[in-house]
Amino acid sequence: MTPGRPDVETRAADGPLATHAGPYFGAYGGRYVPEALVAALDELETTYHKALLDPGFGTELRRLHRTYTGRPSPLTEVPRFAAHVGDGVRVFLKREDLNHTGSHKINNVLGQALLVKRIGKTRLIAETGAGQHGVATATAAALLGLECTVYMGEVDTQRQALNVARMRLLGARVIPVTTGTRTLKDAINEALRDWVANVATTHYLLGTVTGPHPFPEMVRDFQSVIGEEARAQLADEIGRLPDAVAACVGGGSNAMGVFNAFLDTESVSLYGYEAGGTDLEPGHHSARFAGGVPGVLHGARSYLLQDEDGQTLPSHSVSAGLDYPSVGPEHAWLHDLGRVTYEPVSDDEAMRAFRLLCRTEGIIPAIESSHALAGALRLGRDRTAWAGGTDEPVLLVNLSGRGDKDVDTAARWFGLLDDDTRDAGTRDAETREERDR
Amino acid sequence: MSVASTALTLDALSAAGRPALIGYLPVGFPTVAGSVDAARTLIDAGADMVELGVPYSDPVMDGPVIQRAAETALRRGATVRDSLAVVEQVAERGAPVLVMTYWNVVMRYGVDAYARDLAAAGGAGLITPDLIPDEAGEWMAASETHGLDRVFLVAPSSTPERLALTAKATRGFVYAASTMGVTGVRSTVGHQARQLVADTRAAGAERVCVGLGVSTGEHAAQVGAYADGVIVGSVLVRALLDAPDATTGLDRLAQVTAELADGVRRARS
Repeated sequence: MTPGRPDVETRAADGPLATHAGPYFGAYGGRYVPEALVAALDELETTYHKALLDPGFGTELRRLHRTYTGRPSPLTEVPRFAAHVGDGVRVFLKREDLNHTGSHKINNVLGQALLVKRIGKTRLIAETGAGQHGVATATAAALLGLECTVYMGEVDTQRQALNVARMRLLGARVIPVTTGTRTLKDAINEALRDWVANVATTHYLLGTVTGPHPFPEMVRDFQSVIGEEARAQLADEIGRLPDAVAACVGGGSNAMGVFNAFLDTESVSLYGYEAGGTDLEPGHHSARFAGGVPGVLHGARSYLLQDEDGQTLPSHSVSAGLDYPSVGPEHAWLHDLGRVTYEPVSDDEAMRAFRLLCRTEGIIPAIESSHALAGALRLGRDRTAWAGGTDEPVLLVNLSGRGDKDVDTAARWFGLLDDDTRDAGTRDAETREERDR
Repeated sequence: MSVASTALTLDALSAAGRPALIGYLPVGFPTVAGSVDAARTLIDAGADMVELGVPYSDPVMDGPVIQRAAETALRRGATVRDSLAVVEQVAERGAPVLVMTYWNVVMRYGVDAYARDLAAAGGAGLITPDLIPDEAGEWMAASETHGLDRVFLVAPSSTPERLALTAKATRGFVYAASTMGVTGVRSTVGHQARQLVADTRAAGAERVCVGLGVSTGEHAAQVGAYADGVIVGSVLVRALLDAPDATTGLDRLAQVTAELADGVRRARS
């Protein structure tokens, strides 16, 4: 056992948090969907629960992760970055960016795709924001011989044009969505409309821990490999648990994935960082806990950015993957329980952390994941909250994705393009102004 | 409030040997006052009941026509309170007025508060496209308290168990979706509709009305032969959307409605 840190303290009264089953997470979750989809959700739930009892399913998924995804993903200590966090703090990154397709999304996609083969459906549809989940889904479709259609908001197809090309190279059909705010939320609306019409042949491969039951529970389970590996890797490396774990939270699948192995270990503080955008005025951010109230969107009850009339408010973030007005219902529950602390990180703060990791460690992170890195820097300024009296506190950060897709955004943000004769400061200000309009 | 109950209307029409024509229009399109005019026109041209849609930012069960009208209504500032005011003004005509709404709108307003205010406005009840009986505990209680109808949907994919569950939770009539899909104008009505109506009745539903894709007088006559009511939406909204001005829109709406009304009147002859 860990010196000085008991590896126990589970919540015996309510049963373990880590295996909590849907459809409800406290007052959140459920199935707020058209009746037409209920049969398919029931079929998915039954197939999933049967697969869990079938050792063959786990064996096949682990084999794919080992030989195709590249799991286990490395755990990297980042001392030069840690020096900016604070004296004596040790920071470890869980390198989901090194997975095949470049993010944690593949963990869930391969799990669901194997279920789809069992159900016997032939077509996958998916929504995507940054394009990471769309790329992962298109990849799994190619691997397993399934047809694939990806819905992506038109705004996102423009800011993530390379990922659109990537999905098309993999044989997927990418449909730019031009309704509503033309971002992730509207891509999900279109995917749901497609699903209602084609549910007999089509599986909706939802990419995060939102949506109707069984998605929040099932996607969390498929992602929980992140935290399980990290916990074992830390035990091997340093023989102890982390003092805190930090992750970014859009829908919240990478965060649930890394948190899950630590939920019932109360000595480990958990921090989720949502997109604070430019500021916390309505329409300028995606901070559901800081600026939302409970409501229903896309099949689940959770915290939601909405107006007085229950209309969904537009969200904003420099990272397309965090630009979503709701959040997974389990996060809402963990928020209310006080088990996880959620804070907004602004676009500026995230971009500063992005650049810092590039320069100190030679790792270009996704802008999404940079929100978690910014959170780590913030934790360094307030050590009493999570490190207690420990001299050498350990911080685990989930690096959920790589930043290749974000190079264009970052180059514009920092004014790094050769044909750009103006200085970076001017560009920064202009980019921010553009977004505020 | 039970005077405007949908069951009474359906039963009276059934005794007279025909199904009901139920027309959908969005609140606030083309304007709030314009939607009152449109609903009154609908009734005057032969609709037996009105279904008023509350515009919502994320209407996942609606196709492009109704999406477009709802987006316009929201852009022009239509609110949930407007929906209650429009119900009140349309209900004065005597035909039952149902509200069709996505659930978050009601949750945000407060389920009991909305039920109370809808009943006070003379509304007959709610059609809830994204609320299944499994999640409807609060609405079941509020609708009982305030004497409102609960119209839940069934689909061709619904199992016999779910048809029975939905029939039991329903008050008024069950809304049978003719096809797997969203609202829209279609050239034919789903072939699964007739079987779904029969199965829903066998599962215990007293009254079953059919919607999704019903677009012509001929469709209305076909569907009306076996359903208690025929629900029409997109083709009516399209009449308003495509018109160059409000007056022409109302004329075209009356024309389309008259054709549909003729359809339900010859459905069982």
